[in-house]
Amino acid sequence: MNAKEIIARRVAVEMQDGDVVNLGIGLPTMVANYLPEGINVVLQSENGFVGLSSVGEVPDNNLVNAGGQHCGINPGGAVFDSAMSFCLIRGGHVDVTVLGGLQVDQYGNLANWMVPGKMVPGMGGAMDLVSGAKKVIVAMEHSAKDGSSKILKECTLPLTGKGKVNLLVTELGVFRVIPEGLLLEEIAPGVEVETVAARTEAALIISPNLKVMQNLASQI
Amino acid sequence: MNKHVTIEEVGQSFKDGMTVMVGGFLGVGTPEVLVQAILDREIKDLTLIVTDTGFIDKGVGPLIVKRLVKHVIASHIGTNVETGKQMIQEQLSVELVPQGTLAERIRCGGSGLGGVLTSTGIGTIVEANKEKIWVDGVEYLIEKALRADLALLKAKKADKAGNLVYDKSARNFNPVMALAADLVIVQVDEIVEIGEIDPDEVMTPGVLVDQIICIGGAR
Repeated sequence: MNAKEIIARRVAVEMQDGDVVNLGIGLPTMVANYLPEGINVVLQSENGFVGLSSVGEVPDNNLVNAGGQHCGINPGGAVFDSAMSFCLIRGGHVDVTVLGGLQVDQYGNLANWMVPGKMVPGMGGAMDLVSGAKKVIVAMEHSAKDGSSKILKECTLPLTGKGKVNLLVTELGVFRVIPEGLLLEEIAPGVEVETVAARTEAALIISPNLKVMQNLASQI
Repeated sequence: MNKHVTIEEVGQSFKDGMTVMVGGFLGVGTPEVLVQAILDREIKDLTLIVTDTGFIDKGVGPLIVKRLVKHVIASHIGTNVETGKQMIQEQLSVELVPQGTLAERIRCGGSGLGGVLTSTGIGTIVEANKEKIWVDGVEYLIEKALRADLALLKAKKADKAGNLVYDKSARNFNPVMALAADLVIVQVDEIVEIGEIDPDEVMTPGVLVDQIICIGGAR
């Protein structure tokens, strides 16, 4: 199982039946593939609808997800304009948002929208999502491509949201943001706490009830 | 009243230096024929208010590629490499706005409101040069209203009074932009007689729409 699948499988466990959920582009989108049995969520797409589903046999050019890719809409879905879409997002009507990250720090800050001088795509809806969703989950690989830690004492890139992250899931573990810092609650099968600590710049608090990451055991 | 006009009539109101809002999300719901009309007439020095700058060959992207735009207000420019390139070369200025804030600023511009209070962007560089205010223990940014000279929109269907019906996710920013421009021009696939759209099914009231061009089978 690759890192992204490990992360997506674990994030899926956070969903409760009936939740309204917004999944970011890329890794977060994979979460929908691993929902536990009996858990049905309503996916929100910030370009203006709820009931997002996979694309049908005949793609419709007027039905795309927030990444611009063809998609479907479930029976019972609803379409609206961008103002209503962000009323849902900012107004706390979205239960869970799952976003990718460039950096997360021990204060629950997230940076995921620009690298000054290199990449300035814009924040799109990400700032509204972290500002307004009831629960903010960051799903990202633990280290950058050059091996450096993406989990820092303090983010160095421009922030998407300040102190808004609730839970961080990487291929090494599950980290909850608490007032004292980052609490390591679950760890990937076969990984040592020392390894996680060595690959994390932020200070870690190890939960006295440290568990193996959920939704993985039967798959590995 | 008949708001149905030809593309030639529409083009007469385009002027250099205009502020233009264009509906659409990554090109879906963007009135490509109206965008092409700006390209054909080489209307330049535009300020463009859009949620994204599309792709180099889709949405409003070609306006950037042809260097007709001097200032962009958008939430996302990453899918059009030309926007970023011209921004770095300082040939184009870009104001990046969170997408929900952009929608509300436009809605305010068309609703007689000076702006909106939002906590989106608090603690980020979006705060720069903006006033902040505490209300009932929560800190907000004051985000000012946005208006334009011209809104170019797309809908599935209009009646001749300008009442609009959109198609699925092609709705996006079109309804709020219909509120916030001095001149509102809509490209539709189908135009029908007044009375053929049930008032309960109208998504944008025709009182907001000035002109309609029809791309499909005009009646």
